[in-house]
Amino acid sequence: MKRFLYELSESWKIAAAQMRSNLTRSTLTALGVIIGIIAVTLMGTAVNGISIGFDKSMAVLGDDVLYVTQWPWKPVDDWWNYRDRKKIKTEYADTLNRMIAATPNSNLVVAVPTSNFMRSVKYGGNQVDNVFVLGTTSDFIVTSTIDCTAGRFFNELESRGGANVVVIGYDVADALFPSESPIDKSVLINGQLFKVIGVNTRQGTFLGLFSWDSMVAMPLGAFKKYFSAKSESDVRVKVKDKTRLADAKDELTGLMRRVRGLPPEKRDDFSINEQQAFKSTLDPVKNSIAIAGLFITGLSLFVGAIGIMNITFVSVKERTKEIGTRKALGARRRTILLQFLIESTALCLLGGFIGLAFAYLMCFGIGKAFPSFPIHFSIGLVLISMIVSILTGLFSGFAPAWTASRLDPVTALRYE
Amino acid sequence: METRNSIRPLGPVVIDIENITKEYVMGEEVVRALRGVSLQIRRNEYIAIMGPSGSGKSTLMNMLGCLDTPSSGRYEFNGKNVAEMDDDELAAVRNREIGFVFQTFNLLPRSTSLRNVELPLIYAGIDPERREERATQVLADVGLGDRINHKPNELSGGQRQRVAIARALVNGPSIILADEPTGNLDSKTGEEIMELFENLYQRGNTVILVTHERDIAAHARRTVHLRDGLVEMDHVGFIPELDLPVAT
Repeated sequence: MKRFLYELSESWKIAAAQMRSNLTRSTLTALGVIIGIIAVTLMGTAVNGISIGFDKSMAVLGDDVLYVTQWPWKPVDDWWNYRDRKKIKTEYADTLNRMIAATPNSNLVVAVPTSNFMRSVKYGGNQVDNVFVLGTTSDFIVTSTIDCTAGRFFNELESRGGANVVVIGYDVADALFPSESPIDKSVLINGQLFKVIGVNTRQGTFLGLFSWDSMVAMPLGAFKKYFSAKSESDVRVKVKDKTRLADAKDELTGLMRRVRGLPPEKRDDFSINEQQAFKSTLDPVKNSIAIAGLFITGLSLFVGAIGIMNITFVSVKERTKEIGTRKALGARRRTILLQFLIESTALCLLGGFIGLAFAYLMCFGIGKAFPSFPIHFSIGLVLISMIVSILTGLFSGFAPAWTASRLDPVTALRYE
Repeated sequence: METRNSIRPLGPVVIDIENITKEYVMGEEVVRALRGVSLQIRRNEYIAIMGPSGSGKSTLMNMLGCLDTPSSGRYEFNGKNVAEMDDDELAAVRNREIGFVFQTFNLLPRSTSLRNVELPLIYAGIDPERREERATQVLADVGLGDRINHKPNELSGGQRQRVAIARALVNGPSIILADEPTGNLDSKTGEEIMELFENLYQRGNTVILVTHERDIAAHARRTVHLRDGLVEMDHVGFIPELDLPVAT
């Protein structure tokens, strides 16, 4: 064991000396690994960033909220079975709430109806198009992570009365009121004036497709008065205990069947969704992006590894006589194998360090230049790229080192 | 010249080979480098192995040095059967029992004298302090006490060969196996190196010289002549009349 440690430290010293004395060659060879590690690491940060953004978007949906919708949140093959389903009506929420109140030990807390429409919002000379206008009740805030930076969400009174008040998203507020407070100003939606009573905190985009910040929420009563035609509605239900989501789902299914008046032999004509369903639909997509990306960037690392392998073969050839001498002095096969493995690994590790440093700087630069770009640098990534570097070194050094260790000492000593 | 005639009492048998052969396949041909060589070498011998090129001299040296194993025959080193050892066992024997001195010195060019001499100790698993102590001591013994931190390219040919000899001695081997040790040196330096070998012999080392130079072989106490893979002559002392035309 002690002997092994001495051989190990000896090998490190030789590797360091070898790199120093062949500086140009080592640098050029390491360049392959440097580029490979930069590519893989940057891809890793992007995958990481996407994943984190995805989780953030999911958090907005809430992990303790069930969504009653006409269409399920997953791809279906038999779309015709869903097309003719009855629409979800906002009135269901009231019915459900009455049922929940009448059920002892219900797993459900409250049902909230939502209706939405895309409209332009105007204030003075400013206008924002394609704003997601949401009609809901004051209970909406319990099902949502949305918070107000200024003002407040509409209260129960305004909700029941269908008052002309709105809570506007961060981006909407930013665009309409660049230099003044939006609170108590009136904005124009579909020719109607609504008083702004609150501004939401910044939420970010949902999967990069849809921004919660360009949303406007108003009491359902007001919404129905002005935008009733053909708006999409669904009902979201807050669950008491998210660890018993399945029970809650069963209970809600039962309640909805009663709402719809379905006889036992009929199948459900509605869908109950949760965040998890969305996740399990989108996770494979996310994963295949990650795998494809890492595979392609991994190829560049592979090319770097071939460079290391090549140079290690050259090194073995050049030092055939030295290998012979070492064997004559008592170096075993293992010793020689170790020496060249450590040489290639040291080279890869050095390349990995430099590559990682570059990747970090680049991440930092990209983060500064494009704040919205999903990039995330982590300690885990550092560890992984170091491990990948070592594995690359072992992989690329093995064949040459093996050749060196099997050299016949007589032949090696005679080599000129 | 006085010392040269003093013969030290012989010790136990170190090398005992009996009827060994070695055959190589070179392309289509089978080359029979050794055709049945028997030899006994005792501790405290100073022996020269001579022969023209193609005589099997190098092959015999590789056998004696445990760098190669014979095709047939018996080889016992300190009573242990070498012919059946595997690569790692042979490496251990080379490390502890044999000190190699090469014609071309074979020092590691980027390492200091000290590091070169330490190398066999590293392979023997000696701890760093004892390694340095021992290597420094042996370098002083060969007259290089003031050159321990020099690299080979900062040393003369004679000094390099002294480093190599120190490296051969450092593990206290049973035999020192020198292959044309003066082949790359001028005759004056060569003489100095031969004096060093004489010294080592007087101090109780077993020295095996492999050479085709009569002047060099003349330093040994016993001479073995090889020709065509067989021992032609094996005699004590150096008899100039018998040793006339050996090599061109």
